[in-house]
Amino acid sequence: MPIINIKTPINKVERKKLKAGDHVRISGTIYTGRDAAHKRMIEALKKGFPLPVDFTDQLIYYMGPCPAKPGEIIGSAGPTTSGRMDVYTPTLLETGLGGMMGKGNRSEKVINSMMNHNAVYFGCVGGAGALLQSCIKSVEILAYEDLGTEAIRKIEVENFPAIVVIDTQGNNLYETERKKYSK
Amino acid sequence: MKTIQIKKIIDTVAEMCIEANTFLSEDMLDSLRTAEASEESENGKEILKTMLDNFEVAKRKGIPICQDTGMVVMFVSFGQDLMIDDGSLEDALQTGVAKGYEEGYLRKSVVADPFIRTNTNNNTPAVIHYKVVPGDQLKIKILPKGFGSENTSALKMLKPSDGMAGVRDFVIKTVEAGSPNACAPIVVGVGVGGTMEKAALMAKEALGRPLWMHNPLDHVAALEDYLLEACNDLGIGPMGLGGVNTVLGVNVDVFPTHIAGLPVAVNITCYVNRHVEREL
Repeated sequence: MPIINIKTPINKVERKKLKAGDHVRISGTIYTGRDAAHKRMIEALKKGFPLPVDFTDQLIYYMGPCPAKPGEIIGSAGPTTSGRMDVYTPTLLETGLGGMMGKGNRSEKVINSMMNHNAVYFGCVGGAGALLQSCIKSVEILAYEDLGTEAIRKIEVENFPAIVVIDTQGNNLYETERKKYSK
Repeated sequence: MKTIQIKKIIDTVAEMCIEANTFLSEDMLDSLRTAEASEESENGKEILKTMLDNFEVAKRKGIPICQDTGMVVMFVSFGQDLMIDDGSLEDALQTGVAKGYEEGYLRKSVVADPFIRTNTNNNTPAVIHYKVVPGDQLKIKILPKGFGSENTSALKMLKPSDGMAGVRDFVIKTVEAGSPNACAPIVVGVGVGGTMEKAALMAKEALGRPLWMHNPLDHVAALEDYLLEACNDLGIGPMGLGGVNTVLGVNVDVFPTHIAGLPVAVNITCYVNRHVEREL
């Protein structure tokens, strides 16, 4: 299977080249954020405050890690279910967010918003927290430290494996692949 | 009369929490290896390989298989001839969880109030179910339950006229809706009968039954086989990206119920189906 190497940030032109079904390896800076951080970011925007990160062309990884063991920079770090962020995602896409990394379905509203903003959704292997941890090279807490595992972290990744599940055209692997194997 | 010291319970529970989150049981590993060999989808095969590789990394590094180290569910069988020395059993079990999650660098995923949502920072409280049994043994079963899969679980109060067909339909629909988000291939625990909470408890406890073991009742074992095949025919596959391995096992338990009812609960767990049992 051919592998496409991606370096973040990914601009619109590069994002448009990615197709559902592409296997990729992501390197560069990505940002973590899940339920509580999303809620806080959206509340901040509603009040007219800026986001803690400029997400233009950046990727958000839906992940809350385990604590780091001595000698490690982070604990296990696999994806969480993306669907819980669906209510918040279109607002972040409007700010320029280039894509999301997680696992599981997205709502129609999110997919439409992704198409409008040429964003990409990457699926990662859920439960593979130990393996994905080894792709993380540095970690910095960027915002909402009080949220613990749910804080926003800036992480550097190297060859982080993922699959393009929903592309900028709205092609959705959850829809297309299942049909091939259902009896 | 046999006596167990509180400290022993605390240390045992702490060890069990770490063990459950770092190593998967042999039946689960075997079943995933079989799935990898039989998977027809290219995405599915690669995903299953990644899952198997991940177990090796977790074991080698001594870190959790999955970052969602769960909310701890415990089934405790307490022998009625047993004495606990020096304190409360409940406190000891909870303290053991806190110790295990701290010392094992496991994620603390529990919030103190479902609305206010402040992390308790030690992964307690665990949800503990007690059973008093004859004898002088203390048996503890620990299931750290991840919520990606827990969120896809469901319960329905069917009517007696819905029968076996109604139960089949509800289980399949629940699996169909849930498995892309639940980190398939999943394991499905089903509880049929009893009351609302009894069905849910049976469904949870069924997740801990080894995958090779059928329900001893013929008609229930046949239902397990039927559901396994029907769910895998859905084509959802590993991580929902297509394939013939959506479900690794379906464990169904039943209990007498009321003339007016047919409760059915479906509890779903991801392929990181963690459970550890010890007897003191």
